[in-house]
Parts: sequence; C-alpha cells; structure tokens
Amino acid sequence: MTDKTGTMLYLDGVSVAFDGFKAINHLSIIVYPAEMLAIIGPNGAGKTTMMDIITGKTRPDDGQVLFDGRTDLTRLDEAAIANLGIGRKFQKPTVFESHTIWDNIEMALKKPRGVFSTLFYAASTADNARISEILETVRLLDRKHELAADLSHGQKQWLEIGMLLAQDPKLLLVDEPVAGMTDAETVETAKLLRDIAKTRSVVVVEHDMSFVRELGSRVTCLAEGAVLAEGTLDQVSANPVVIERYLGR
Amino acid sequence: MITQALFRALDKKAIWIVAILLVVAIAVPLSNLMLPDGHPLRLPNYAVPLFGKYLTFAMLALALDLVWGYCGILSLGHGAFFAIGGYAMGMYLMRQIGTRGVYANPILPDFMVFLNWKELPWYWYGMDNFWIAMLMVVLVPGLLAFVFGFLAFRSRVTGVYLSIITQAMTYALLLAFFRNDMGFGGNNGLTDFKDILGQSISAPTTRAALFAASAIALALAVLACSMIVNSKLGKVMVAVRDAESRTRFLGYRVEYVKLFAFVVSAVIAGIAGALYVPQVGIINPSEFDPANSIEVVIWTAVGGRGTIVGPIIGGILVNVGKSYFTGAFPEYWLFALGALFVVVTLFMPKGIVGLIGQYHRATTKREQHERTDSAEAEAGIEPTNQPKPAE
Repeated sequence: MTDKTGTMLYLDGVSVAFDGFKAINHLSIIVYPAEMLAIIGPNGAGKTTMMDIITGKTRPDDGQVLFDGRTDLTRLDEAAIANLGIGRKFQKPTVFESHTIWDNIEMALKKPRGVFSTLFYAASTADNARISEILETVRLLDRKHELAADLSHGQKQWLEIGMLLAQDPKLLLVDEPVAGMTDAETVETAKLLRDIAKTRSVVVVEHDMSFVRELGSRVTCLAEGAVLAEGTLDQVSANPVVIERYLGR
Repeated sequence: MITQALFRALDKKAIWIVAILLVVAIAVPLSNLMLPDGHPLRLPNYAVPLFGKYLTFAMLALALDLVWGYCGILSLGHGAFFAIGGYAMGMYLMRQIGTRGVYANPILPDFMVFLNWKELPWYWYGMDNFWIAMLMVVLVPGLLAFVFGFLAFRSRVTGVYLSIITQAMTYALLLAFFRNDMGFGGNNGLTDFKDILGQSISAPTTRAALFAASAIALALAVLACSMIVNSKLGKVMVAVRDAESRTRFLGYRVEYVKLFAFVVSAVIAGIAGALYVPQVGIINPSEFDPANSIEVVIWTAVGGRGTIVGPIIGGILVNVGKSYFTGAFPEYWLFALGALFVVVTLFMPKGIVGLIGQYHRATTKREQHERTDSAEAEAGIEPTNQPKPAE
C-alpha cells in the first residue's frame, strides 16, 4: 500500500468481528496532516467501531493502525492514545454535567494528567486566557459559570468541540457533530471545523449531506465495514454503488 | 504550590465545619472536667466516650463519601479499613497491659498465654511503641486499599461487581480474624485495656483527651477531603463518577484517580478506627461484619453524599438515633434503619443536606420572584419585553 511516512492516521487491512459478525472488514483509510476527511455511510457500516479502534476502546483482530506514521495504536489504551494527541467527540454529546462549562474546558486543557500534578494544579494566567479563548470560539463565554447540564443539545455539542480544542490534539475524531443543531448552528459548526482543519487533521462522521457539502472535504463512504467509494462528495454521491447501497434512488 | 492548593480548599463551608469541630473539641472536655456535678451544662462521664464514638463514625462516613459520593465507587467493605486501624491501636493497648493481665506475662497478652504460645508472633513486634503502632494504623489500611484497589481498578471492575468484591473482602477478613491462629485474640478480639501513653484509659481526663483527639482528627480529615475535592483532581473524580469512559478519552488514567481516592479514604477510615477502639474499650472481629459496612453507606446516604458536611451529619444523627432506639425499642432498630434507607433513597436522594439546599433555593427563588413582581406593580407598567398586541 501507500507510503506510511507523512500520514497522520494510517489504517491498513483492519478487521474486527463481534461474535462472528464482521463489524469492520479489511478497512484501509489514510488521513494526512491538516486534512479533513468526511465519512458517510449507512447505519451499521462500522463508523463508530472504526473510531473505537483508533481510540483504543476496541482491539482489532487484524490489520495495522498507525498514528503519525509510526506509533502503533493497537498496543495502547484510551488514556495513552488521548495523550498522544487524538481527541474524540462522541455521537451522543458527553460533557460533565455536574461541572460548570469553565471546569469542563479546564479539565480538558492540555496539562500533565498525573494524579499528583492534577491534585496540585493551579491555573496560570495563560491557562485562564486559553480557556476564555476557547469559550469565545464556541460561544459559551458568557455562560461559563453555568452547569453543563443546563445547556441545550446543540450547545453541549459545541462544548464538547471546545473540550476537543482544549486537548490541543493533532487528530480530531468527530462523530455526528450537528445532530440536534439548528440550520444556522450547523453552518457555524462546518465553518469552525474547516478552521480547525487548517492546522490539524479532522475526521468527521456525519449523516447530514448538506453539512458534508458545507465541509467541502474529501469523502469516504463506508458500508459493511469496508470502503465503498472515495473522492469528492459529488464523485461519491454519483457513484452507482453508493446510490444503490446508501443514498437510495 | 501546595499552600496555594490548601488556600483554595478553605472554602467557607469547610472553615465552618472545622471551626465548629474545634469549638466542640474544647467545649465538651471543659464541660465534663471543669463544671461541678449536677450543673445543668455538665456532660456526664458516660457521654464523653459516647460522643467521641459518634465522631469516629462521622469520620468513617466522610471517608466513604470521598470514594462513593465523589468518585462513584460504592465500597461495601469500608468497615474493614476501620477495623484494621482499630486492631492496630488494640495491639498497642494490649502490649501496655503488661503484668497486670490475668496471667501476668510481661510480654505475651493473656489470650496467647491461654493458647499456650511461647513467643510473640513477628507482627506483634514493635507494637508496644505508640508511634510504630500509629504508623501501622495508617500504613496497613492504606496498603490493603492500594493492593486491592490496584487489582480491581486496573481490571476495570466497576459498579455492583466492585461493591460485591469489597463485601467479600471484609467478609474474608471477618472469617480470618475469627481464627485463633491469626494471633488477634480470635472471637473475643482485644480488650481489657489499661493504659494509653501511660494514662489510665478509663480516667475522665484521658476520655476527654480522646474525645478532643477525635474531634481534631475529624477536623483534619475535613480539611484533607475539602482540599482534594476542590482541587482539579476532585473535579476529575466527579467526572469519573459521572462519565468514566469520557474521562479516559480525555487522557486521564481513571484507575489511578480511583486508587488515590480509595487509599486516602482507607487511611482516614483506619485513623477513625484507631480512635474508636480506646473509647469503646474493645475491638473484635464483628467490626468486619459486612452489615457494619452497609450501615456506613446508610449514614452517608442519609446525611447527603457528594458533600463534606453530609456524611458527618448522617454519621452522628443515625448513631444518636441508634443509641436511643436500641435502648427504647431494641427489637425495632433494624426495621427503623431499613425504613430510613428506603425513605431516603426514594424521597431524599441527596440526603438531609440536599433537602436543606432544595429548601434554600426554593425560598430565594420565591423571594426574587416576589421582588420583581412588586417592582413591576409599583412601576405600574406592563413588562416591556412582551410583544404588543397588533393594532
């Protein structure tokens, strides 16, 4: 296959089966630095399982998963992978509801994660400025002292994107970021993700086709755990197999 | 750095609790020792160790709250750490009896002479030294919690499975301590204590000092817990409680966060046990009874978990109730305790403290409401943000 050096994420021939059901079947995907990739596909295509494999939640039965062209992700656990610089936003927005919006970002902020360095952590002026900046970006600065539980569904999505930014990852995995958002919020989110993709690699899983169009990125369509088609959105959505299996006639 | 963390921990509530405990630590001994017999404010002699016992229970409940209320680890075996701390103190007190025992053996405690043992077991060496014994009070529960927690949390045992194995741990210790071969006095445990630090253990001054020590130890535990839960690590603990896997994807090693909370909690429980034993005068294997550990869970739930003051209130109130009930209607105590747990779980999920908080929020909201209402009425205008009807 292609050269591994110079890739941010490199999946080659990855397979995983649950009780005999092949959730991922010989999947190969490459993401380059500062590049966005949108992944579409029907339910059960293996999109979330793929993210589980990259973030260390699920071990693949077979295949190669490399980060930054050299680090083998299949040997590491969730915390180690997160600290390498891979951030993940979940399909169902998961923020820490009994904490304030500010504290959510503060916990995500890239800092030593050890028990004692966390115990004796005191926020520096630079840290506070960075948290304010991130909250400004996700438009939650004026609500910073409110509990995350009080946010609307769409705002929780944004807070979680803010937490991703705070982690300062090299690769962001974003699972259905615009579920529950209004049209205006969806457009804003696409703009934000495009901005992020100028400096980092972003993988977005999404069903909403108009949102994928807004992203304007390379598109990969998955089905039954394997790549069905790749290319621009127009190329992929014109592909007869994709129309047959996913988009419908 | 550390002072900064401490300073932040001194939030208002913690200062109040510490202040009240320090006042109690001075007032109770003074009232008992200084006031003449028959004075209405004088605490009778029996009350001092009884209240001291309540304080050690409050400390045990606080320890459980640190892992359960803040970190989501429902330990049903916390009584084990309390009992181990108690046994370490008991071993020291046994060695102080010396030749005043029934068999007058200067080295061997009575039960060992009775079992025909010739030598002190190795783990009893050095326990005649107060400071070594105190080190063991901290070290042994801490070490047990470390080993147990390391294995359990690393294997990601959570929820009800973790509760069950903590229960199994205390039950296993109960059975082990029942055996005479263990060298801890078997069924009878350790008792008949005479001296602590050269002072008679039953003297009113010693009891007053033990009470003050319990209150101060509880105040220090409050400071330590408050410092932990107000730090960033405390926030991460709550994050682990609410969304464990999310915390892991942020890059935190959840197992070490839990392990830290579990070990600190076990150490606090051990110290509480060590203060409990000289005040009740006995430690025996029944302290390892799983039912005891479950009672601690009830105290914490009644007071309000996830708060610092809640378990202290719960630990004291439920035990005052227990003292009254077991005296007045002994056969109904367990029913009352069961009913209490059901009522608290159904109607007061946040315990007494949660109820007070709810009431407080409701009244301030109503007041605010009334204030804005009256302001609008005085101004005599309609609220401006309402859309005007079309003309």
